[in-house]
Amino acid sequence: MLEQHFLILPIVLPLVAAPICILLGRGQLAWLLATMVSAASFVISLTMLQSTIELGALSYAVGGWQPPWGIEIRIDTASALVLSVVTAISTLVLIYAKASIAEEIDSAQHALFYTAHMLCLAGLSGILTTGDAFNLFVFLEISSLATYTLVSLAADKRALIASFRYLVMGTIGATFILIGVGMMYMQTGTLNMLDLAARISAEGASRTLNTGLAFILVGVSVKLALFPLHMWLPPAYTHAPSAVSAFLASTATKVAVYVMVRFIFTIYGPDYVFLSMGMDVILLGLAIVGIFKCSYMAALQANVKTVLAYSSVAQIGYMILGISLVSAAGLMAGILHIFNHALMKGALFMAVGAVLLRTGSVDIRAFHGLGKRMPWTMAAFTIAGLSLIGMPLTVGFVSKWYLVTAALEQQQWLIAVLVLLGSLLAMVYIGRIVEAAYMRDDIDANDRVKEAPMLMLIPMWILVIANVYFGIDNSLTVGAAEAAAQWLINPSATGGLAQ
Amino acid sequence: MSFIVDHYNYWVVVFLMMAGFYIVIFANNLVKKVVGLNIFQTSVFMMYISIGKVSGGSAPIVAEGITSYSNPLPHVLILTAIVVGVATTAVGLALIIRIKRAYGTVEENEFKDKEDLI
Repeated sequence: MLEQHFLILPIVLPLVAAPICILLGRGQLAWLLATMVSAASFVISLTMLQSTIELGALSYAVGGWQPPWGIEIRIDTASALVLSVVTAISTLVLIYAKASIAEEIDSAQHALFYTAHMLCLAGLSGILTTGDAFNLFVFLEISSLATYTLVSLAADKRALIASFRYLVMGTIGATFILIGVGMMYMQTGTLNMLDLAARISAEGASRTLNTGLAFILVGVSVKLALFPLHMWLPPAYTHAPSAVSAFLASTATKVAVYVMVRFIFTIYGPDYVFLSMGMDVILLGLAIVGIFKCSYMAALQANVKTVLAYSSVAQIGYMILGISLVSAAGLMAGILHIFNHALMKGALFMAVGAVLLRTGSVDIRAFHGLGKRMPWTMAAFTIAGLSLIGMPLTVGFVSKWYLVTAALEQQQWLIAVLVLLGSLLAMVYIGRIVEAAYMRDDIDANDRVKEAPMLMLIPMWILVIANVYFGIDNSLTVGAAEAAAQWLINPSATGGLAQ
Repeated sequence: MSFIVDHYNYWVVVFLMMAGFYIVIFANNLVKKVVGLNIFQTSVFMMYISIGKVSGGSAPIVAEGITSYSNPLPHVLILTAIVVGVATTAVGLALIIRIKRAYGTVEENEFKDKEDLI
């Protein structure tokens, strides 16, 4: 009975847990439930990743209505891989959140935090598993609405304005996606992704489909904060509670990248988008400008959370760069970077959250002398920072390696050089913070500043160890990303059915 | 001329969409921004509803003597999108209430220069 409905569990479990979290009231129980549900989703998605690699895509007809008429849950390696990342980060962040939100969020609202987190997780899982274009929009809005709430939970009143701006931009983006999906439906009469792909390739280009694609790409670009549509992201990540920043930075925008990949590669097909519409030039240009502009902005900020937020926008540039190279290698490098960036940004935001907890500030001056006072936290920050720069033996190096290889494969020397130059800028903004922590002396020796609590250090260090482990032994991640890229390019390959 | 008349539903949609978008961008008052957002979304709802019309088709209710029906699916889809829109409006207005409490104003230019937002 349960086995049959296995595929929809990552959506249903958090969705059911969300109202229960409110009913449980404040504190411990809600935390325990949310963490356990999130961990269960993680185990389920790992199982699904395993079986998609072995058996091929899994399909589940929601409510027993067969696709293409009913909503289909369709899981291939690409969705299972990103889903595993999202649920893993969610579990770690929830473990971390208990100590972190105790200081940052009013205790009466703790249950609400877990509820919003569960809703966000349900929405993200839904986006990743659904095989229906309209359903994707609905799940996107479920996760986005939960995200606005999460950002606004911070005690800092500037979070409210950041959240409101995020809401306005996010809603416009989602509505653009809705328009695009409507245009696709207008032309093809279907909403199932595979059915759409078959009919679009049969019908060929038309003005309605072109317009629909344009609306979808702009809408998704807002959601994934592609330069220059990223203006909502730095304030939102800066003022949100640390646990929320850690979760969103490593999952929400990455899921939006997945959505873009889905629409480009699975539904429209790379030939349509890149050869006849020429979107690769636009995406490539924006990605490169974004990498440099936002890395430069990151180097100027005094607030460390803002540094990391701008750096996120720059890193998204790398993912889009991989996608716009129009090759299986480039797409694979982009997907690999989704995975790797989640590991490093999660660890970095967690470390900054620990500093905020102990010093009460995330200004770069608060980091002075922390190398001695919070050795574990700052060591985690340094290793994750090195990974962001792309040091060998870390996942960041693996990403950059495949990205540069993909660019060189097409004789794009300039792009390869620009990727490496971008890493130098990362060295500047991470270097400033590491220098403040280790080289500068504490100005006002504050003895109360001590190491972060164990409950925060453990998830942080799990991510740091993952950064190093997958940097040395990358057979698992590279294999999964390669399989995912194959699935995205050829989505209708026959696979085992779940039932 | 017939091009304009034949596609009048799209002109309505485009006009509403642009009007809503303009309000979202240029309104100074946060509540007006939410209203603009609503108009913007409503235009998309109308686009969906109008594409479900089949010429000569009746309402999609089974009845004797009727063979051609309009497509009900876009209407059902938009029912979901309306719910999403209502939820967005609710979250937006709730945020505005908290902004009003925290800053004492809902005019964007009045709190912009109080402190830097980034």
